[in-house]
Amino acid sequence: MHATTPASSPAGGLLPLFADVVRSEFCKLRSVRSAFWALLAAVAFNVVTAALLGILLPGHLSARQQVTIDSTRLSLGGLHLSQVAIGLLGVLTVSSEYSTGMIRATLAAVPQRRLMLTAKTLVLTAVTLVTGIAACFAAYLIFQAFLPAGDAMRTTLATPGVLRAVTGAGLYLAVLGLLGFGLAAIIRSSAGAVAVLLGALFVPTLLAELLPKSWQDTIGPYLPLNAGESVYTVQHQARALEPWAGLGVFCLYAAVALAAGFILISRRDA
Amino acid sequence: MIEAVGLTKRYGATVAVEDLSFTIAPGQVTGFLGPNGAGKSTTMRLILGLDAQDAGLVTVSGRPYAAYRRPLFQAGALLEAKAFHGGRSAYNHLLCLALSNGISRARVDTVLDLVGLAGVARRRAGGFSLGMSQRLGIAAALLGDPPVLMLDEPVNGLDPEGVAWIRTLLKSLAAEGRTVLLSSHLMSEMAVTADRLIIIGRGRLIIQATMEDFLAGGSGSYIRVRSPQAVALAALLTARGATIARQDGDALTVTGTTTEAIGELAVAGGLTLAELSARRATLEERYMELTKDSADYRAGGGQFARAGK
Repeated sequence: MHATTPASSPAGGLLPLFADVVRSEFCKLRSVRSAFWALLAAVAFNVVTAALLGILLPGHLSARQQVTIDSTRLSLGGLHLSQVAIGLLGVLTVSSEYSTGMIRATLAAVPQRRLMLTAKTLVLTAVTLVTGIAACFAAYLIFQAFLPAGDAMRTTLATPGVLRAVTGAGLYLAVLGLLGFGLAAIIRSSAGAVAVLLGALFVPTLLAELLPKSWQDTIGPYLPLNAGESVYTVQHQARALEPWAGLGVFCLYAAVALAAGFILISRRDA
Repeated sequence: MIEAVGLTKRYGATVAVEDLSFTIAPGQVTGFLGPNGAGKSTTMRLILGLDAQDAGLVTVSGRPYAAYRRPLFQAGALLEAKAFHGGRSAYNHLLCLALSNGISRARVDTVLDLVGLAGVARRRAGGFSLGMSQRLGIAAALLGDPPVLMLDEPVNGLDPEGVAWIRTLLKSLAAEGRTVLLSSHLMSEMAVTADRLIIIGRGRLIIQATMEDFLAGGSGSYIRVRSPQAVALAALLTARGATIARQDGDALTVTGTTTEAIGELAVAGGLTLAELSARRATLEERYMELTKDSADYRAGGGQFARAGK
């Protein structure tokens, strides 16, 4: 009864196996609507916010404000919302496996758990990197396109710091997705991981406001949100980390979460 | 072939499976029985390496399941019906699993056809009935055309036609020489599907035997004889080593012999028989008899009756 289509025969080697698992994980990502909506939302938040700011801001800012303001960072204002969408996607990539029970089918098909998690990480990174960078360039270009000719906020990608800030913003989104992914691998629940992710992003920065000024200056730049945003800031603030150092610190947070997730997945029962 | 030796698993202070050893041979359907909480699902998770045992070893065709590079070719399992993302179509669910083991798209279509889901393959699996979900789970188990199959409660939620379909499918898979492990609470279904039984209670093995041997033992199987000369017959039977379980007027309840032997004995002794009939215990009776001491969650036993596996 099974003779009609023989299943293809097993092949050896770790690399072809990894390629198959990556294909499987990409299939998972593209075959659920939540991933599509999260990516679309990330792009839409960036683009719509940039367009609105480009249309409304020039009339509202004084000439002096227009000169001093960080217009690149301003054009990326949609990040405040799109980071939530990308973070959610990172979380769901792992947590939906647990909430649906799919994880048991997944691990029965690929018992090499860290190999599976590596493939998942790779697929998520590729997708969020492409989407994030595209969304940030789109936001920057649309904002610029809506500015009146000769506006003081006009810049080009050749203006010092601009290309780095726009690219960095895309990288920031991808790393944020990985932070959510790592947290979900630890916590294994969608609601829990989202709560911890948003808490880790926003709460430390808010709490730091309550600290004495000297503490704020010492700790503040290293908090996740502050470290991350330094990479998409053109007009550098005195106490903030250098752009790439800031992104590096932000990567470190994601790396710690991911490492814990990778350690735990092989140690816990599915 | 699935072999377990000294398999032990604890969850905190609870011992789910303790020193469990069994062999599940190819070419037959092995029924896996036990009260709720006996450790059946835990055992299946241990076989697949989803949970790690605290002691012992379990192998599938000679190696631990997790040691296989493309394990869907070694064993297929249906552990719970709804173990899929509800937003994914049946086809995509199977395709994602197939891709991970290098299984072709054509095979995905084949198994969808085999379980009767080809017509709804593009629909969101989240909208499937329990019966359709079970079929999708069975399709996933069959993806790699594996020599070993494990199904945990596959007939749950299936209509009578679906139940008959599973029975025929499992029997034919076993007839092809595959190892089939089936757990079910439906005794009547198990009685007609399984060739061999493994019964566990409180995580320990109670018995592993062929269905034949299993039913023959116990107090539910006996021979009923009626004879006007019941007293003389009873004496003859006792002398030949049979046991008279009960004597009620001219009726005897006899164990430890066969109807043939009693008939011959009566002829030789010149005794008249008014009735001679063998009564076979049902699987349910035998099962209840064996597991009455090991049911964890029995109503009225001082503990709360609890649902779940």
